[in-house]
This record gives sequence, C-alpha cells and structure tokens, in this order.
Amino acid sequence: MYDSKPMVSSINTSVAHLSLHNVSKVFPGRSSLLDRVLRRTSKEFVALGNIDLDVAPNTFVSIIGPSGCGKSTLLNIIAGLSQPTTGSVTIHGQSVTAPGPDRGVVFQNYALMPWMTVAENIQFAVETVYPMMAIAERKAIIQDYIALVGLRGAEAKHPHELSGGMKQRVGIARALAINPQILLMDEPFGALDALTRGFLQDEIERIWEQERKTVLLITHSIEEALLLSDQIVMMTRGPAAQIAQVLDVPFPRPRKREELDQYPGYHALKTAMEQHLSYETRAVEESRVRK
Amino acid sequence: MTHDVLQSARPRTKALTLNSNQRALILFVVILLVFLGLWELGTKLKLFLPIMPSASQTISDFWFWISDPFFDNGPNDQGIGLLLMTSLRRVLTGFLLGSAIAIPLGILIGLSEVVSKAVDPFIQILRPVSPLAWLPLGLALMRDSEKTALFVIAITSIWPTLINTKFGVSNVDPTYINVARTLGASRWRTITKVILPAAAPHIVAGLRISLGIAWLVIVAAEILLSGGIGYFVWNEWNNLKITSVITAILIVGLVGLVMDRVFGLLQHWVSFGQRS
Repeated sequence: MYDSKPMVSSINTSVAHLSLHNVSKVFPGRSSLLDRVLRRTSKEFVALGNIDLDVAPNTFVSIIGPSGCGKSTLLNIIAGLSQPTTGSVTIHGQSVTAPGPDRGVVFQNYALMPWMTVAENIQFAVETVYPMMAIAERKAIIQDYIALVGLRGAEAKHPHELSGGMKQRVGIARALAINPQILLMDEPFGALDALTRGFLQDEIERIWEQERKTVLLITHSIEEALLLSDQIVMMTRGPAAQIAQVLDVPFPRPRKREELDQYPGYHALKTAMEQHLSYETRAVEESRVRK
Repeated sequence: MTHDVLQSARPRTKALTLNSNQRALILFVVILLVFLGLWELGTKLKLFLPIMPSASQTISDFWFWISDPFFDNGPNDQGIGLLLMTSLRRVLTGFLLGSAIAIPLGILIGLSEVVSKAVDPFIQILRPVSPLAWLPLGLALMRDSEKTALFVIAITSIWPTLINTKFGVSNVDPTYINVARTLGASRWRTITKVILPAAAPHIVAGLRISLGIAWLVIVAAEILLSGGIGYFVWNEWNNLKITSVITAILIVGLVGLVMDRVFGLLQHWVSFGQRS
C-alpha cells in the first residue's frame, strides 16, 4: 500500500536514506598572471549554495529547476563523480566520497559502450559489481532486467542499432541490474522525442512499482515530475542555487498518465511549479540580457 | 508467376540507367585505355627515349612475371611471388615489432600526463627523421642486412601507431569512464574493458598508417640492402629492363592497396558506429 503521507523527516536524519548536509560546489576561477597573459581568465563560479536534503528510503524524488541551476552538479556529487566544496553526502549515515555500486546512475546521453551488445553492457555492470557471482546466476539477472525493460529479442544488438528510447532502456536496466540502493537519473529522457519520452515515463512508473528503489530524478518536465515523484525538490536559479521548496505529491499509485489531472491537488501543484519555474527562468534570462 | 513478372520487368526499366559506380567504372576503363593507347602510339612514333618500352611489351612482360610467380633460379633470378614474400615477411615482422613497442607505450603515455610530457620530446625529435637515416646505424649495430631491414621497418612503424594510440586513449569519451567509475571498476578493468575498446578505432587507424609507410620504406631499404622486391627493382634497372621495373611498381602498389583494404575492414570492425 502506498503511504500518502510525506515520508521525509527533516528532524530525525538517521531515518533518512540519503542525506545532503550543507553541500556547496564552487568551481575555482583562473586569475593567475599566466592566465591573464594568455587571456583565459575566468571568474570563480558558485554552482551550488548550501543544499540540505533528506530523502527517505524507497522514495521517488524529482529535482526540478531552471537550466544551469546546478542540478546535474548536485547529482554528480551524490554519485561521487564530483566532490562537494563544502558539506557532506551520507547514505545510511555513511559518508560518500567516491562513486560506488550502491548508487546506480542513468546518464542523459545513455553512455552505453558502443562495442558491447545490449546483454554485454548489462553484463559489464553485473560482472564489475559481483565478480564472484556464478555465471548461471549472472545470466539470469541479465535476462531478468532485459525482460523488465522490455528488450527481449534485442540482447545481441549493438547500441548503434537501437533507437534512443531503447538505448535508455538499456541504461536503466544496467543501472538496476547491480541492485543499487539508490537510483540516480540525470535527465534520462531529455534527448528523446515526446512520444518516446511519455512511453518511457510510463515504463519507469511500472518498474518503480516493482522495485521501489530510492530514486533521484533530475528533470525539466513538470508532468514527468508529477507522474513519477513522491516529492519534488524545486531549485532556485544559479549561481549559488539552493532548494526553494520541497513539494509532496500525495497521488495514489500505480499512477496513470491519463488520470493524472484528476487527482486532487494536481492543478495546485502544477501551478505552483509553473510559477516557480517561470519566475526563475525569467530572472535567468533577464540577468543574461543585463550582462 | 508474379515473381517472374517482376524479374523480367526490372532489367528492362533499369537497363539504360547506370548508377554512379557503374559510370565510374566505365570512365576508369576509358582513362586506362586512352593512357595505354597514347603510350603505345608514343613509342610507335618514337616520341620517347629508346629505353622506354611500349605498352604492349610491358603488358606481356607483366603477364610473364605474374603467370609464373614462384620460380627460383638462384638469388638473382627469382619469381615475383618469392620476392614479394621476402619483402612481406620483412615488413610484417618489422611492423609487428614496432607495433609491440608502439601500442603499449602509446597506452602508457595516453594514460599518464606526466609520462606523456616526459616522453614527448623524444617522440617529436625522432618522428620526423627519414626511416632510411636509421639504416647505417642499424648496419653498424647489427652487422646484418636482414636484421637491419627489420630494424628500419620497426622504427618506421612506431610513430603513427604510437601517436594514434596515445590520442585514442587520452580522448576516450569521459562518460564511458564515468560509467566504469560509478560501478566501482578497478583501474585495470577500466583500461582493458573500457579504454582500450574505446580507443581501438584510433589504434587500428594508426596501425593502418604505419603499415602503409612500412610498405613504402621497404622498397627503398631493400634497394640499399638486398633481396625482396626493392632489390629486384634496382637489379632490373641495372639490367635496363624497364618493363620489370614498371611491373614491380604496379605489384608493390597492388599489394599495398590490399593491405590497406584489410586494415580498413579491421577498422570498420572495431568501430561499431563510433567516430573513427
């Protein structure tokens, strides 16, 4: 049964699965004498201000914000691919400093190895994370996840033979097959056309019902966030982007795209998000004009 | 029945329209025939020096050489097939030696910026040197023409492979590396399973260039040393048999073309739709 109450407790952080405390990211500028001679100086850039966020276990959280607000930077820090300038990321109280298979990452540009088939791409992940696993078990896992994302029959295809949507389904299967505690998705459908995107969103909703992982999804799409999330984290524009507000999405699951706008509170949530995003985006555009 | 109808209908509609490949082939044959015709006419009208053979004589000598490629009447009178085998053996052995140095070294300097910067001056100074400049050094060090040939070819083969391998390894798409990092892959596993396959199209492109240059250089090296197709060219020039020299030029070109095609296929085979 779906618990429609907000599951995040910001008081008792030990319950939180994933915790961000005071996380900021500053990209240092270049201003040395040599840089000045070579005319390649750049200003220091504060991408993220102080971010505090607690995510409860088995929650689907979307992060939405205007372009360039540092959403991807935040995800990279959680993935361990990038280090925060200040603050810390903890998973079950354990500090995160490096990438690891407890976090599965779905990349925006799919990041499939072109020389590996669909099955081999997933196998590479499973083999890397579970090197001692028996071959039969490994094969079974690979087959299960290929079936889960609906790619049966395409196991032996190489990525260049797949459509964008199929590629991203491989990306999702690869991330899930290592059984991560947290799934991190960086605008996974950003490069897809609207129809494929909708189809894959439905797939994600269906898969999430089965797997119930803790998920962090970076997105630009209000509908996508409303369809999939338990909570939506709205970020302010950069520089020094911060969390403006966290919205709870109490719709019952499983959710249907067609019925989404009939859930009570849908329009209020949508309007709140639209207002926030259009305000922030306008501010970004205007600040660019002034520069 | 319908099948038959389609079969018979198709050639009728397509008979007069040639695709671009067919038209190119026709043009190729026309250019060849015009060239041979002018050559034949020029010799008939004595427009060239008397040493210049006619086209027909060159073609018949060419046919003599390729119709019996493997006769052996002593070191100075061998069939063109045997001569080619000697040259090919030298090129391939030297090429393998050079590649065995160039690929691992290229990987190393591609992975490490420090090693790359440290080794770069050596590469930059030695790379532009004509391979033949190494020949006296080889003779002095090895006192053996066979080994010297391998030495020269090996050195020739190093540079393009080395530079391409380094480029391929250091320019692997960072998202592939990030995938390996998020999975917690070891450095060794990242290199063997991600970096090398990703760099393979560049490495093979380097090997292809290296082999092409090695094949260019072997003729010159063999003129100065002995044996093989290069020595044949020089020997036949000393015998004033220009038809043999032209035959050798054509055959060297054809063999080079075949080797390049083979590596072209290999390059396609490792690319999987990647930029190559």
